[in-house]
Amino acid sequence: MSESLLSSKNKKLLINPLNKENPITIQVLGICSALAVTVQMKPAIVMALSVVIVTAFSNLIISLLRNTIPPRIRIIVQLVVIAALVILVDQILKAYMYDVSKKLSVFVGLIITNCIIMGRLEAFAMGNKPLPSLIDGIGNGIGYGIILVIISFFRELLGFGNVMGYPIMEKIGIYKIGYEDNGFMISPPMALILVGIIIWIQRSKNPDLIETK
Amino acid sequence: MQEYINIFVKSIFIDNMVFAYFLGMCSYLAVSKNVKTSLGLGIAVIFVMIITVPVNYLIEKYVLKEGALAWLGSDFAGIDLSFLSFIVFIATIASMVQLVEMIVERFSPALYNALGIFLPLIAVNCAILGGSLFMSEREYHNLGEATSFGLGSGIGWAIAIIGIAAIREKIQYSQIPAPLRGLGIAFILTGLMGIGFMSFMGIKI
Repeated sequence: MSESLLSSKNKKLLINPLNKENPITIQVLGICSALAVTVQMKPAIVMALSVVIVTAFSNLIISLLRNTIPPRIRIIVQLVVIAALVILVDQILKAYMYDVSKKLSVFVGLIITNCIIMGRLEAFAMGNKPLPSLIDGIGNGIGYGIILVIISFFRELLGFGNVMGYPIMEKIGIYKIGYEDNGFMISPPMALILVGIIIWIQRSKNPDLIETK
Repeated sequence: MQEYINIFVKSIFIDNMVFAYFLGMCSYLAVSKNVKTSLGLGIAVIFVMIITVPVNYLIEKYVLKEGALAWLGSDFAGIDLSFLSFIVFIATIASMVQLVEMIVERFSPALYNALGIFLPLIAVNCAILGGSLFMSEREYHNLGEATSFGLGSGIGWAIAIIGIAAIREKIQYSQIPAPLRGLGIAFILTGLMGIGFMSFMGIKI
């Protein structure tokens, strides 16, 4: 390996997806299976980890195979690699974290059609060496996971008054002065509105990301 | 019959793919800039959904489920292939989309031109795989129920994308705060539409 593990180029691959090239808020990829699992933090973190694992390893495997895959059938090869990894993740979750796996229900399976993974394979792994591809996969997985964790933090805090299952609002004693949990935060539409607000904040901090009409 | 209509209505309005489960959001946001193209995509999704859900239902019932292979003989009765369901479903969907594309091209070139590039794209639309996975999770009793669920979910998705496309066409000339333009406002609008759809909750025929 000619370049060191954390050269500036690789660091950029890891850091960029966290903000300027965030898969959810900028590239608009992989929203499909994500938002439904953000009611509580624990499933969201497990989901984020699963996506990081699948993006990282599918990027790595496709990058190793990239010179042997005939371009005409690449989509189906990519799908098979992704599906195999997702089945592995799903079986591991079922074996060791059964309750979380029940909560995630079909959404683990939906990682297969998560556009972020396909998108990274097409855009990056098909044309780059294995190590940068692995780092790119990890970076994009984390960029995706961060949004999940932020959204689930607010939904759990405002909807249930908990953080990671710990009843923080009750401990502060805020219920005594008349505060009540906002049940609306648990309903699906609020996740979308929260993403909208995150995009708003992010783009007002980075004016160059604003879309022209 | 009533049971079928109930599932149909429920999957359009209450368990709407977009507003309740966020499925198919990628193409939902990317293609909803004008009504005409979103109408094309909506029809294509309905089309594929009504074929793939029943096919996957049959595959699950006669191949994948525990004891499903009993029709091959008593030796096969104990086999449980359900861990393969993801890969089999996605393979079915990809091949069905290909097949539908070829059939439509052969028998109705006009429809083929109207659907254009959307048909192949649908293979990786999460709403389609989601439909099959929900079908398997909810354990519908027979082919009719699975079909009406597939049709209903497809129509629900189409309604959602046509609705947002119409709204986005209208707001093109509105004064939206600059950082919210495009994607941001689309998310918030979808949220508001979702709140509207929440009022259907509890409907039962």
